[in-house]
Amino acid sequence: MKVYADNAATTYLSKTAKEVLLDCLDNYNGNPNSLHTDGQLTQEKLDEARGIVAACINAKNPNEIYFTSGGSEADNQALISAARANKAKGKTHLITTNIEHHAILHTMRKLELEGFEVTYLAPKANGIVDVDDVAAAITDKTALVSIMFANNEMGAIQPIPEIGAICKERGVLFHTDAVQAAAHIPIDVQAMNIDMLSLSGHKFHGPKGVGVLYARNGIRLLNVIEGGAQERGKRAGTVNVPGIAAMAAALKEGCDNMEANNEKVIALRDKLIKGLADIPHAQLNGDPVKRLPGNVNYSFEGVEGESLLLGLDNYGIACSSGSACTSESLDPSHVLLGMGVPIEAAHGSLRFSLNEENTEEEVDFIIEKVHKVVELFRSMSPFWDALEKGEKEHCI
Amino acid sequence: MALYSDKVMDHFENPRNVGVIENADGVGEVGNPTCGDIMKMYLKIENDTIVDVKFKTFGCASAIATSSMATEIIKGKTIDEALELTNKAVVEALDGLPARKIHCSVLAEDAIKAALVDYFTKTGKEMPECLVGFEPHED
Ligand SMILES: Cc1ncc(COP(=O)(O)O)c(C=O)c1O
Repeated sequence: MKVYADNAATTYLSKTAKEVLLDCLDNYNGNPNSLHTDGQLTQEKLDEARGIVAACINAKNPNEIYFTSGGSEADNQALISAARANKAKGKTHLITTNIEHHAILHTMRKLELEGFEVTYLAPKANGIVDVDDVAAAITDKTALVSIMFANNEMGAIQPIPEIGAICKERGVLFHTDAVQAAAHIPIDVQAMNIDMLSLSGHKFHGPKGVGVLYARNGIRLLNVIEGGAQERGKRAGTVNVPGIAAMAAALKEGCDNMEANNEKVIALRDKLIKGLADIPHAQLNGDPVKRLPGNVNYSFEGVEGESLLLGLDNYGIACSSGSACTSESLDPSHVLLGMGVPIEAAHGSLRFSLNEENTEEEVDFIIEKVHKVVELFRSMSPFWDALEKGEKEHCI
Repeated sequence: MALYSDKVMDHFENPRNVGVIENADGVGEVGNPTCGDIMKMYLKIENDTIVDVKFKTFGCASAIATSSMATEIIKGKTIDEALELTNKAVVEALDGLPARKIHCSVLAEDAIKAALVDYFTKTGKEMPECLVGFEPHED
């Protein structure tokens, strides 16, 4: 059996998105900046996509949608714009969390080198940031709060409407990285007081290398990519209309079917969570309820994540891990460590991210095989016996 | 290209010499759980020859594969021969490892040395010069 359970890493292109992509490649291949008919027909496709994306997040005006090369670029541009454009006003403080994607964290580090001061809030043990902590961190120097909508590793959904309300009240810009949320949980930038938002096509069955930065009218964007005057002069480069149109179609399809998909995916997620709960010395990471519909993240003590992952890969199951061995660094997941998961437990973590195409049979298969690989690698562990005999203390 | 060579995957999926030796003549453990790798080696030694070797490893696929390969190489060898085993030889026998996994092979070499240090300490035999003051590498 082949089971793809790594949809938070990337999804497969939907049939709808693929059809739109191919149609554009064949029939709307002009440069939308060209004045001839070919160009103008393509421009119409681009306008249509902009309208679709605006509607999906309830932006007031389609001209608040800027197409980018993906979630990372949108995150970079949002932070750099908000920071640098406010520096002259003496606003040199930025607030974020320690569980953000590296697209945010590394941009923040860069801004620190430019002289900005950054507060990294730690979430509670369930992976959710305390709204009071956000409020307390805001000073009269704060230019921006950037807090992700939902976490890519352990799925916790942040209190976005509450944070938006606080930022509005305090006159601080609010950006949210909604890359994992878009098309999976409802987003309303107006009702939630979101000033800027990032999303990425490939997390909801659209293509890779296409994303969106939403920036409410009135917010000054600075260019990350200099050149031509595309995207109202804020993002240079001949526009990737086929990718954008396919992304918009995928986003719309995801939003239109959100309720039905979620009913199914949440049932699968909870079945998987329950099915793994009898493994001793294991824990679910992230809030059990306020979490992304498809996200299951478990730590298993005494085993190492990469071994588990490759053991499951041998059975045809694709998932991911927060262990150090699966990252480029020597440290395990900054997200799990950031929410207080013991380092040993972070090494032994697995993330499954399901979607509406997964089945109950697949979840049963995952449950069976996870039991098997955890047992196998625990039997090979030099300290598992000592833990079990009580000679060493379990960390979970 | 796959992350690991076929040899690595073979030793990861079918590790040789997993287990413990009761009353082993030498036991060595290196690594620690916070860095994500621990190897424990058990040696049975008769007439300066490693007649049996078993290991237990907590770690990634390359940690398991290097433990397995290292035990396979030293089984039946004399102590002197085993002491000549380098992490480079283990990596070569596995048809290579990704650069950032090389430290796993260092751990295997260290685990064997640590087990031999234990053997010489326990038996009171004279420690070979290369083991005097042996310290496992920092992971
Ligand atoms: C939360 C989050 N932000 C940003 C990104 C980056 O998006 P992209 O791959 O489109 O650059 C990802 C995806 O890896 C993500 O999960």
